[in-house]
Amino acid sequence: MSQSYDRGTIEDFGRWKEFSAGMWAWIFHKFSGWVLIGYLFTHIAVLSTATQSPELYTGTIRSLESLAIVRVLEVGLLAVAVFHILNGVRLLFVDLGVGLEAQDKSFYASLVVSAAIVIASVPTFLAGAF
Amino acid sequence: MAEHYSSFEYKGTRWFLQRITAVFLIGVLAFHFMLLHFVNHAAEVTFLGTQARMQQVGYFGTMVAFLVTATFHGVNGVYNALINQGLTGTRKTTVKWVLVVASGVLIAQGIRTALYMAGIIA
Repeated sequence: MSQSYDRGTIEDFGRWKEFSAGMWAWIFHKFSGWVLIGYLFTHIAVLSTATQSPELYTGTIRSLESLAIVRVLEVGLLAVAVFHILNGVRLLFVDLGVGLEAQDKSFYASLVVSAAIVIASVPTFLAGAF
Repeated sequence: MAEHYSSFEYKGTRWFLQRITAVFLIGVLAFHFMLLHFVNHAAEVTFLGTQARMQQVGYFGTMVAFLVTATFHGVNGVYNALINQGLTGTRKTTVKWVLVVASGVLIAQGIRTALYMAGIIA
């Protein structure tokens, strides 16, 4: 049997200073999930220009990609996507009962690996943006 | 100490589908980012390039599966988050159906767009 740990209600964000690593992982996973589902609706809206004309589709994407702010936001999107993927893998392992004892360390590993991938990707994402 | 812990036990269809779609999305989302930011750069995307990819049956099928699983996983995640925040009763039912309709519209529009991209409808 697993022991239960009463750390209080995570929805009570006012006590964030008392949050443990696992609670921060939960919050970051929810936050990155909200960003990703919001982006999915936006992404389909932009791609829907393909239903109007090929020229509008190409022109819309080229115009958006010419904006530096869009390139920077794409780096942010990459960051939340990579973290959501890596923390999602961590959650699947925890669900399967693997690595539960080290769930805090695997959260820190998710953050470090996400940061490394994002930093390494910045030159590609921002090429020609400025 | 937890000698053995697993939450991988039956907790309902939505719980199971959330994890199955997660496994699929881990691979496809990473593939999508790699293909459209590193192999082909987003700033160089053209309709013709998109059409060339979407006319491959395997790619088209993967993207439609990506759309459907991502929509389910994301919207179901939002629904779960709102329930965690205390959503109950009539508001819960209303939110559920708003999310169901939004998902249906998103998937329908996404597939319609994919058909245009592939040149199946023009």
